[in-house]
Amino acid sequence: MNVSAGSLDRPNSYIGRSVSRPNAKRLLEGKGRYVTDLVLPRMLYAAFVRSPYAHGRILSIDTDEAAALAGVRAVFTGKDLAAICTPWVGTLDHFKNMKSPPQLPLPTEKVTWSGQPVVLIVADSRAIAEDAAELVMIDIEEMPALADPVEAMSAGAISEELDDNLCFSMKLDAGGVDEALEAADLTVEQSFIFGRHTAVTLEPRAIVADYDPSENRLTAHHATQTPYQFQDVYSRHFGIPEANVRVIAPDIGGSFGMKLHVYHEEMAAVGASILLGRPVKYVADRMESFVSDIHARDHRVTARLAVGKDGRITGMEVDDVTAIGPFSSYPRTSAVEGNQVVRLMGAPYDFSAYRAKLSVVFQNKVQASQYRAVGHPIACAVTECMVDKAARELALDPFDIRGRNLIPDDSYPRKSPTGYQFEKLSHEVCLSRLRSLMNYDSLREEQAKLREKGILRGIGIALFVEITNPSPAFYGVGGARISAQDGAVVKLTPSGEVHCAISVTEQGQGTETVIGQIVADQLGVDRAKVRIMTGDTDMTPHGGATWACRGAGIGGETALQAARRLKANLLSIAGFILQAQPGELDIREDWIIEATTGQQRISLAEVARIAFFRSDTLPPGTQAQLSVAHHYAPQGYPFAFTNGAQGSLVEVDVETGFVKILRHWVVEDCGRIINPLLVDEQIRGGVVQGLGAAFFEECLYNAEGQLTNGSLTDYLVPMACEMPDIEISHVETPTRDTELGAKGVGEAGTAAASAAAMNAVNDALAGHGAVLSQIPMTPTRILKALGKI
Amino acid sequence: MKARAFEYVRPQSVEEALRAFGDADGDAAYIAGGQSLVPALALRLQAPALLIDIARIEELHGLAVVRDRLRIGATTRHFEILNSELVAEHAPLLSKAAPFVAHPAIRNKGTFGGSLALADPASEFPTMALALDAEVEIASFAGDRRVAIADFFLGLYETALQSGEMIRAVHIPVATAKTRYAFDELARRRGDYALVGAGVNAEYDGDRIERIGIAFLSAGPTPMRARRAEAILTGSRLTLEIIREAQEALDVDLDPPGDEHTPVEMRLHLARVLLGRLLGRLEARP
Repeated sequence: MNVSAGSLDRPNSYIGRSVSRPNAKRLLEGKGRYVTDLVLPRMLYAAFVRSPYAHGRILSIDTDEAAALAGVRAVFTGKDLAAICTPWVGTLDHFKNMKSPPQLPLPTEKVTWSGQPVVLIVADSRAIAEDAAELVMIDIEEMPALADPVEAMSAGAISEELDDNLCFSMKLDAGGVDEALEAADLTVEQSFIFGRHTAVTLEPRAIVADYDPSENRLTAHHATQTPYQFQDVYSRHFGIPEANVRVIAPDIGGSFGMKLHVYHEEMAAVGASILLGRPVKYVADRMESFVSDIHARDHRVTARLAVGKDGRITGMEVDDVTAIGPFSSYPRTSAVEGNQVVRLMGAPYDFSAYRAKLSVVFQNKVQASQYRAVGHPIACAVTECMVDKAARELALDPFDIRGRNLIPDDSYPRKSPTGYQFEKLSHEVCLSRLRSLMNYDSLREEQAKLREKGILRGIGIALFVEITNPSPAFYGVGGARISAQDGAVVKLTPSGEVHCAISVTEQGQGTETVIGQIVADQLGVDRAKVRIMTGDTDMTPHGGATWACRGAGIGGETALQAARRLKANLLSIAGFILQAQPGELDIREDWIIEATTGQQRISLAEVARIAFFRSDTLPPGTQAQLSVAHHYAPQGYPFAFTNGAQGSLVEVDVETGFVKILRHWVVEDCGRIINPLLVDEQIRGGVVQGLGAAFFEECLYNAEGQLTNGSLTDYLVPMACEMPDIEISHVETPTRDTELGAKGVGEAGTAAASAAAMNAVNDALAGHGAVLSQIPMTPTRILKALGKI
Repeated sequence: MKARAFEYVRPQSVEEALRAFGDADGDAAYIAGGQSLVPALALRLQAPALLIDIARIEELHGLAVVRDRLRIGATTRHFEILNSELVAEHAPLLSKAAPFVAHPAIRNKGTFGGSLALADPASEFPTMALALDAEVEIASFAGDRRVAIADFFLGLYETALQSGEMIRAVHIPVATAKTRYAFDELARRRGDYALVGAGVNAEYDGDRIERIGIAFLSAGPTPMRARRAEAILTGSRLTLEIIREAQEALDVDLDPPGDEHTPVEMRLHLARVLLGRLLGRLEARP
């Protein structure tokens, strides 16, 4: 049952309202406190010596000269840290037969990617540590690098612990594919390449590890989105009781999934702090970020689609090869993206014959793992490009062919051929809304007119399904100690204000704002009187934190239920004070009121004053419970799926291969919207990242496995000048699994933006004999497809 | 990403700066805007023992027209070129190229002389100086000298500047009523180094090109003059045939870098397209 909406005129009804972010002003004024800003007494600084080779055997390491430099406090190699840190292995039990080599903070035998940290220097300043790093002599015997994923599949194992380079493989078969392909009037086939890219957060990864031997206590000030997960990791791998490990994630400057993986540098910094008994700070600089932050995507997909003359899709077959670097990341693994790619294929459409093969392959590049919209952009681009290709061959309009194949809005609940359970989606409404939002018919007219003048415009659309609100089906069932529940402590202060400590975290997207809205709304208090605290394992209950689009859906429901429990307690106390039935009372604008008349009876401040300072005036046996601790875990559907549709308008210069992105449209259904302003900005940010993948961002490697564009000069992050206006419209289908009804929205923009853009470019080039099936769509690739170079 | 330790001095005059360099036995670098040097220091690609800050030396700064030359002091900043009416009147090609020089924050600090001294073949101002037949005034311990821009760029990041020398000013022939010009570049993102770019500065005699300077950026180890294309165009009326010939001559004139992702042929293709478009703009008047 969902909470009632549509009462936005009520005071304190914040759910559904665009309100500004309380923390925005502080951050704008430069008063944010990031890990980088933190300076602790006796703190030392870490720098790393990194492998110049993508693959090689460590023959010797000479650190004498570096250790002798004034201001250097310690130099650590793999062996030093292996003595105090147990290895980690990035596998999950529910991915059958998955394997990955064990990882240590620093390698002892081999280097497996260029940029891998090999030696840690700890010094009085970062500059001194870098001076010392230049004095370390590492002798590495270079070995052939496996850069190409297909080659890596058949080549000898990179890891000495494993027999081959296949991390994980999987086959899905819902049956009927051969029959569908055979009977099809039309079979569409296409191969796709999706480039590697990376998150490029404004704030790089950072940690201050502060180990106090006197208490065997580790405090890690860590730029992460998942403090509880790291509390568990540090506790178990360094052998410190969990209760003695405190992870504090202060202000975080963006994460996009990048900051929830275990990195060797952070583990080494923790190890160094333990060995030295002093705080150690490590901040990745931009060059280090490019060679050590996770990369993502890197998929090669071949797909076949069986289609009837009437445009009906009858079957689909997909083969995905994805390369993830020399090991699978920890603790969430690097198989999740591929898994979601093959399970989300064809998701919006009504057909059952589906078959897929997934191969997750090791290679000598930096680890690849979960990044915003894990797997979605690939599944979406492949599906939507295939659908467009079929439409072109059948001379059907892209809207028309989709209309003929969508899962009807009135046919839920239902299950996808890959096993996903859809509670309720709204493809039909979204598609028709997109058509009117884009003003599609007049766009087509304009396109035809401009084409006569030699101006090539392209219009592309894409439908998507997004996975949000994950239950333990995501990680817990695989054995990962990653919580699917969240916890909140909501309490009334003696002055009648509200404090809420909650386990979801904030990385700049507005989590705290949304939680504050829900708590204030449910309690009936002014939003300005609600203080939200996140990101500290000692101060907030254990929970999943913010990832995979779960902050609003699961964290929000947790806050809602906690606030309702506190409200019941407050009404109960007020009832004693007022000699009234709690059921006849309510809270509005910080006052206890009579529910029927709205008449103010007693302020919350007065209730708090009496409860805290004059408990002697309450009836005997009354104990006022003004703090509530509450946990919530999703128990209905394993995931709350969302859906939407995107449109893209581009102009292609066929002489130069340059593309101007003119407009972008999104229709999105994330269920109950708590803050329209934040939802829209989440979508816009996501679209920009999707367009980055479509046109700009790619980690380029040479045959030796060297990243050749690892700087912000050469790696093209999408910038404002090249981004179009992004118009957004919403459909609201709340999930019935929660009272709040909210689903996730953070990845929706990214999920389909590149697919829509790819379809737009191919629409522009239709008639020029060129089809782009590789992203990013660079001028070089476009000119090559056109045969101009 | 921290620079190695260095000493720092801020001399008041060119003479003092030159002496400081000499006293450092050559283990020094001049710094003005620092837009290229500071990142190079942070990356430890350069690590001079001494930085000599010339940004505030009065005599190195400013714009003036002296007879038929526009004199640009070496430490004149990019934004000053962009906003200068003097430049717009007398070297309009520079004004046209200035908005394409990186981003505002970089234009606020970076200097014209610094850009020429670095001689990045992808930079706009060195290439425009080449198209405009500028002359470089060099301050040296042995006395000042002047070098024609055509003799200034010697190789990748290599110029006629000897160790310890600095650019004092750059002299550019002023535009006349017969001057037509055009600039454009093809960059993936606004403000990026372009895949290719070009400036054209022509003197017209009626509808014929009397003289023309064409220079390309990102098309070779140095800013590149397109001499063969110029020869084809000089004395001609612009016809489609002539333009095509000039475009084809670029294969010989230019020597662009290439790799798997941006092949040589790609840059040559873009250079031909760009030249065609720029010549078209000349015809449409500046």
